[in-house]
Amino acid sequence: MSGTFVGMPVFPPPAHPAFPQAAHEAVNNPTLRGNLRHATHTIRAKRAKAVAEVSDWAELREAGKRIKDHTLLHLDRYLEQVEESVTAAGGIVHWAADADEANRIVAGLVKETGESEVVKVKSMATQEIGLNEALEAEGIRAYETDLAELIVQLGKDRPSHILVPAIHRNRGEIRDIFTREMSEWGRPAPEGLTDTPAELAEAARLHLREKFLRAKVGISGANFVVAETGTLVVVESEGNGRMCLTLPETLISVVGIEKIVPTWRDLEVFLQTLPRSSTAERMNPYTSTWTGTTDEDGPKTFHLVLLDNGRSDTLADEVGRQALRCIRCSACLNVCPVYERAGGHAYGSVYPGPIGAILSPQLRGTASEIDASLPYASSLCGACYEVCPVAIDIPEVLVHLRERVVQGGPVTREGNKVVLKPAKGHAAERAAMRAARWAFARPGALRTGQRLASRTRRFHPRTLPGPGGAWSDTRDLPPVPAEPFRDWWQRTQGQNGGNGDRGAAK
Amino acid sequence: MRVALFLTCVNDTLYPDTGRSVVKLLTRLGVEVDFPMAQTCCGQAHYNTGYRHEAEPLARHFSDVFGEYEAIVTPSGSCGAMVRELYPRMGERARAEGRGDTLAATLAPVVPKTYELTEFLVDVLGVTDVGAYYPHTVTYHPTCHGLRSLGLGDRPRRLLQAVKGLELVELPGADECCGFGGTFALKNADVSAAMGADKVRNAESTGAEVLCAADNSCLMHIGGTMHRLKTGMRPVHIAEILASTEEGPAA
Repeated sequence: MSGTFVGMPVFPPPAHPAFPQAAHEAVNNPTLRGNLRHATHTIRAKRAKAVAEVSDWAELREAGKRIKDHTLLHLDRYLEQVEESVTAAGGIVHWAADADEANRIVAGLVKETGESEVVKVKSMATQEIGLNEALEAEGIRAYETDLAELIVQLGKDRPSHILVPAIHRNRGEIRDIFTREMSEWGRPAPEGLTDTPAELAEAARLHLREKFLRAKVGISGANFVVAETGTLVVVESEGNGRMCLTLPETLISVVGIEKIVPTWRDLEVFLQTLPRSSTAERMNPYTSTWTGTTDEDGPKTFHLVLLDNGRSDTLADEVGRQALRCIRCSACLNVCPVYERAGGHAYGSVYPGPIGAILSPQLRGTASEIDASLPYASSLCGACYEVCPVAIDIPEVLVHLRERVVQGGPVTREGNKVVLKPAKGHAAERAAMRAARWAFARPGALRTGQRLASRTRRFHPRTLPGPGGAWSDTRDLPPVPAEPFRDWWQRTQGQNGGNGDRGAAK
Repeated sequence: MRVALFLTCVNDTLYPDTGRSVVKLLTRLGVEVDFPMAQTCCGQAHYNTGYRHEAEPLARHFSDVFGEYEAIVTPSGSCGAMVRELYPRMGERARAEGRGDTLAATLAPVVPKTYELTEFLVDVLGVTDVGAYYPHTVTYHPTCHGLRSLGLGDRPRRLLQAVKGLELVELPGADECCGFGGTFALKNADVSAAMGADKVRNAESTGAEVLCAADNSCLMHIGGTMHRLKTGMRPVHIAEILASTEEGPAA
């Protein structure tokens, strides 16, 4: 899929098609399928190996889950502690209820510096709020400095993975993008650039170095905020983060309120589980931490923008809130058979894959076509839950959100308790489910249906018309047997002591 | 020991051979099997599609029908997981909605005594060699709910390895979902079919004659795909292999 975006997509996206329609194209694109299959299987295998090396992985996973649950339960207290500790360390804290407010704050802060360009270290939160586009509208150019984000930005493309946003591109495509686009944005690609990884990395390095040395404003997110000291932590593997966090005079960090951990001791757990889960590394290559500002060293001004944007609403739901434990490792994407075939763009969000399927419909609500379809973008195979380093039971939340879509019910939106109506477009399914429940509550009715199917079996087609084609376009139907099991049982064994009639009076 | 066969609505209607095989197998192992005629459906399709409230009466009905048996055996990993993993969750949700403990208390008795067939054989009866004979090359696909929700582990493989005449070959990417996923197969037909086709290609690459699994709904999807792609392979439920003997071979 090709987008026509400048920078990152707006969140939420304008009228994105429902997941099945969006996935249709990707499933039938052999290049994309090949790229995704190769990349996800490679990372998947490496992660499994890196995790297997740790003897207390199950304990670390449980500890991570508990630390996050504890923090979320007392989030009000920890947020105040963060504000106090960051302020005491010389930082300035801003509160943003939603994407618009966060974008206004950041654009205002950049303008105050008089600068018209910023360098960015990869941040999901700023992608979520569409910050690059908001800055563009204010005449401020944001340069992505993470290698894959650079590829996406230069390719006027959209990220399709949390950790490796250009996973849908192969080396040849990347070489073409660099050769074609780098000169538009700064230092051009070297003459005769080939598609070897080392040459591509060197081209990006030279292109970006120029921007690091010139930029006066850096923008980041954070993987963690340690409440006790007000320290922000960015975990990355290219060194571009370290550049963005130390070279500019002004640093602005946009951070979701769920990123807090109470103490450094808690951080220790995640610095073990995150690298192994995400990049299959034993230890993260570049872990940058900073606490407010320091004289004669690093940025002179530091702003922290704490972002809600649907998180408090998500926190109010007792089943769905576990999605806020997510540390954005993307292990669930890499192991997901649906993501592997549909690709990240089909999810219509900066959060693709299984975690996106439970996060987007909670942060954005289930009103749009894409958000109402995301909870169904899963076969419920459970591989995501198995690999999640903070034990988010993604299948449980998916089913919970399916219920919200088809049955409606109480939810919190913008801090208010509201009762959702069942979504439209499920009327036929709802009627079928009710009819099935009616029949299944009456063994006699079930039996009548089974016998009817058996007696007419000679007339059954192997393919179905209309909506049944969803099955039979690619799969033959099983033949209906001459008699259902229960008739055989009654004919042969029912009278030999089997208590065939137990409960049959119902 | 007197146990109830919870066959599942799919098997009862479409795969009676699997039911007959479970009866034959358990009877051979000295188990007295009953098939309570009032059984219908565990409610899994309703629950997993988002219709929890429609699933509740079916769960209560299940508990009524099976509550008094010593053990409940089912040849389906996903329906077994519905009872064992999701019935308790339904009770918890009802409690959280202020509807008290009634549902949880009604469902509680059936939860610990519901066993998937291979679990029952290995854990309760303590057998891995069930005296079966099946002279074919077989590859085994562990279905997701059996694998991850019930934690069946190597039980099915141990049972298959003990079958006389059977050659078990490794399935590449065995742990990956086949793409059935209940209503997922219809709602996301493109992705489901792509997953199914990949599973079938992997199965074909083994050279086995038979793909075996412990869940007929997954086999319906895999088998339907095999048939459409005109492969020479057959899907066979593990119960039919374990029931097969030299005197009474499987069809």
